[in-house]
Amino acid sequence: MPDPEAIIEIKQVEKIFQVGEVEVRALRGVDLSIAEGSFVAIMGPSGSGKSTMLNILGCLDRPTRGQYYLGGEDVSQMDDDTLSTVRGKRLGFIFQSYNLIAQLTVIENIQVPLIYQGVELKDYEERCQELAALVGLADRLDHRPTQLSGGQQQRVAIARSLVNDPLMILADEPTGNLDSQTEQEVLEIIEKLNADGKTIVMVTHEDAVAARAQRVVHMRDGVIARDVQN
Amino acid sequence: MISSQLLNTIQLGVKSLLLHKLRSGLTMLGIIFGVCSVIAMLAIGEGASYEAQERIKRLGSTNIIINSFKPPEQNQDDTSNNRSFEIQYGLTYDDAGRLQRTIPGVLHVMPMRIIRENIRFGRRQEPGQVIGTLSNYPEIQGLEMARGRFISQTDEKHQRNVCVITAGLAQRLFPYQDPLQSTIRVQAIYYQVIGIVRETGTLEQRPQRSQTDGDPVDNNVYIPLSTARSRFGETLVRRNSGSFSAERVELHRIIVKMRDTDAVIAAEPQIKQLLTRFHDQNDYELIVPLQLLREAEATKRMFNIVLGSIAAISLLVGGIGIMNIMLATVTERTREIGVRRALGAKKKDIITQFLIETIVLSIGGGLIGVVLGIVTPLMVSFFTQMVTVVTPWSVILAFGISGLTGVVFGLYPASQAAKLDPIEALRHE
Repeated sequence: MPDPEAIIEIKQVEKIFQVGEVEVRALRGVDLSIAEGSFVAIMGPSGSGKSTMLNILGCLDRPTRGQYYLGGEDVSQMDDDTLSTVRGKRLGFIFQSYNLIAQLTVIENIQVPLIYQGVELKDYEERCQELAALVGLADRLDHRPTQLSGGQQQRVAIARSLVNDPLMILADEPTGNLDSQTEQEVLEIIEKLNADGKTIVMVTHEDAVAARAQRVVHMRDGVIARDVQN
Repeated sequence: MISSQLLNTIQLGVKSLLLHKLRSGLTMLGIIFGVCSVIAMLAIGEGASYEAQERIKRLGSTNIIINSFKPPEQNQDDTSNNRSFEIQYGLTYDDAGRLQRTIPGVLHVMPMRIIRENIRFGRRQEPGQVIGTLSNYPEIQGLEMARGRFISQTDEKHQRNVCVITAGLAQRLFPYQDPLQSTIRVQAIYYQVIGIVRETGTLEQRPQRSQTDGDPVDNNVYIPLSTARSRFGETLVRRNSGSFSAERVELHRIIVKMRDTDAVIAAEPQIKQLLTRFHDQNDYELIVPLQLLREAEATKRMFNIVLGSIAAISLLVGGIGIMNIMLATVTERTREIGVRRALGAKKKDIITQFLIETIVLSIGGGLIGVVLGIVTPLMVSFFTQMVTVVTPWSVILAFGISGLTGVVFGLYPASQAAKLDPIEALRHE
C-alpha cells in the first residue's frame, strides 16, 4: 500500500533492458518515497541508473517490475496514452538543454502542455503571463527562443513546467549548460518554487548544486547507495 | 473545444512551414504544377472537343446524310480507256422515294442537287454552289432567314426561277443595291432573289477556292429542286485541260430527317441495306452526325483518361516530394517530438501535427495550382484564339486529389514521428 504522506512511492522497481543478447539491469530493486513539498537531488556516476530512474519517475518509461505510485495512483503499468495524460497533467519537466520549441514564442512555449489537455487556451492567457512574470520574462512574451540567452531560455522552461500546476517538477541537470551566475539565478527560482510548496526532483552530478536540495539520493549500480538529509 | 484545438494545430503547422519558407515553397511546387497542368490540359482538351461537337451537333443529331460520290475504281478505268465517257453514279430520285416509303421513323426525306458554278450579277462574279432543294429545307437544317422568304411549294411546282442566297454572297454581289427583287445569273439563266439566309458556317461544303484562301464563306444559292432539274439537267460536263468528262448524277445528297435519335440508330443499317440492293457500286456515303457525336465523345473520354493518368503521375511525383521533405522534417525535429511527448502529447497528437502540416502544404499548393490552372487556359485563349473550357469538375477533381495526396503521403512520415521513443527523441542531437 502507498504511503499517504508520500507524493511518490517506488517499491522494488527493477528495469531491465535487452541490448542484443545481453540483459542490462539498469535498476535492481529500488525503494524510494518522496514527501510532498520536498526538494530531492539524485546523484550518481554515469551508468548508475539515475537517468533510468528519472525516466521512470517522469512516466516516460515503465518499470520491468515493481510499483510506482504517483500521487497515490499506480502508474507502473499504464499504457502509452494514459502515461501521456499523466505526464501532461501531473508532471513538469525541466531539461538540461532547455528544449524550447524554436518556431514558437515565449508565451506559446509556456502554453504547450495545455494544448494536449484539450483546454481552451484563452482561459489560461492570464496564468501564462503571470508565470512569465514569475521567472522575470514579462517583457519578452513575443520573443523566439533564439533571441534569448541560455538563462532566459531555462527560465521559460521553468515557467512551462509550472503551467499545468504539476504534482512534481522533474529537473534533469537544469544548470548543466549555464554559467555560474545564471546557474545561481535558476537555482534561486527553483528554491523559491520549493519554498512555495512545489515538490522538486533534480538530477545533477555537481555537489554544489545537490547541496541546495534538502535531501540527496546517491545511486550506484542500479540501487540507492546513500540517502542523505541535508 | 476540439475545433479550437484543430485550429491551433493548423496554426502551428503553418508556423513550422514558414520557418523554412524556401523548402516549403519548393515542396509545394510539385503539387502546384500537378494541379495547374491537370486543370489547364483538361480545359484545352474540353475546348477542342467542344468545337468539334458543336460542329457535329449543327449537322443535326436526328439527321442522316447520304452523299453521292464518284466511285474511285470507275474513275481510273475511265481516264485510261475512254477520254469522253459519261459516268453515271450516285443517288437517284427513286432512292429518295424508297427511303421515304420503307424506312420507319422517317419525318422528311430531303433530296438535294449541288452544282458548283459561278454566280454572277452584272459584272461581278463569285464562285459558289447552286443547291436545288425543297421548301422545308430550312427547318431540317436549322437555317434562319435574314430577310424575305424561302422557296415555297408553289415555286417548286411551277419550276420558278427564284433563289435564296446566303448573306455573305448577298453582300459581295450587291454591295450597293438591295438584293431582294434583283436577279442573279448562273450560266445563262437568271434567278430572282426572294430571300436571304444567315451564314451557315458549316452546313454545306464550302467552295474549294475560298477554303484554301482561308476565307470561310458560304456562297450558296438555293433554288427549287424542280428548277434545278430542268435548268441544269442531270449531266454535268466538266472540262479539264485537254480532256473533258461528263457526270450524270440525279441527286448529290439526301438528308433523311428521323423522328428521334433512337430511330437514327435503328435506321442506319436499314438505309445501308436498302441502298446496297439498288446500287451495284459503292457510289454513296452515309454520314450519321449522331454516330460522329458518339465517336467524338468516346475520343474525348479516351483523352480524359490519358490526361487523368498524366495528372495522377504528376501528383504522385508531387506527393513523393512532400513525403521526402516530411521525412527529413521528422528527423530534423526529433527533439521537438520528444519534448512534446514529455509534455503530454499522445501518439495521435503527433500524427495529427505532422499530417496537418502535409495537408496544409498540399492544399496550399492545390489552391495556388487551381488559380494558375484557371488563369493558364485564359492566357492560352487570349494568345492563340483557341477555345478553352474550364469545367468545375476538373477543378474539384484536381483539388481533391491534391488534398488526398497530402493525406496519403503524410501518413507515413507522421506515423514515423509518432513511433519515436520519447526518451530516445529527447536525447537526439
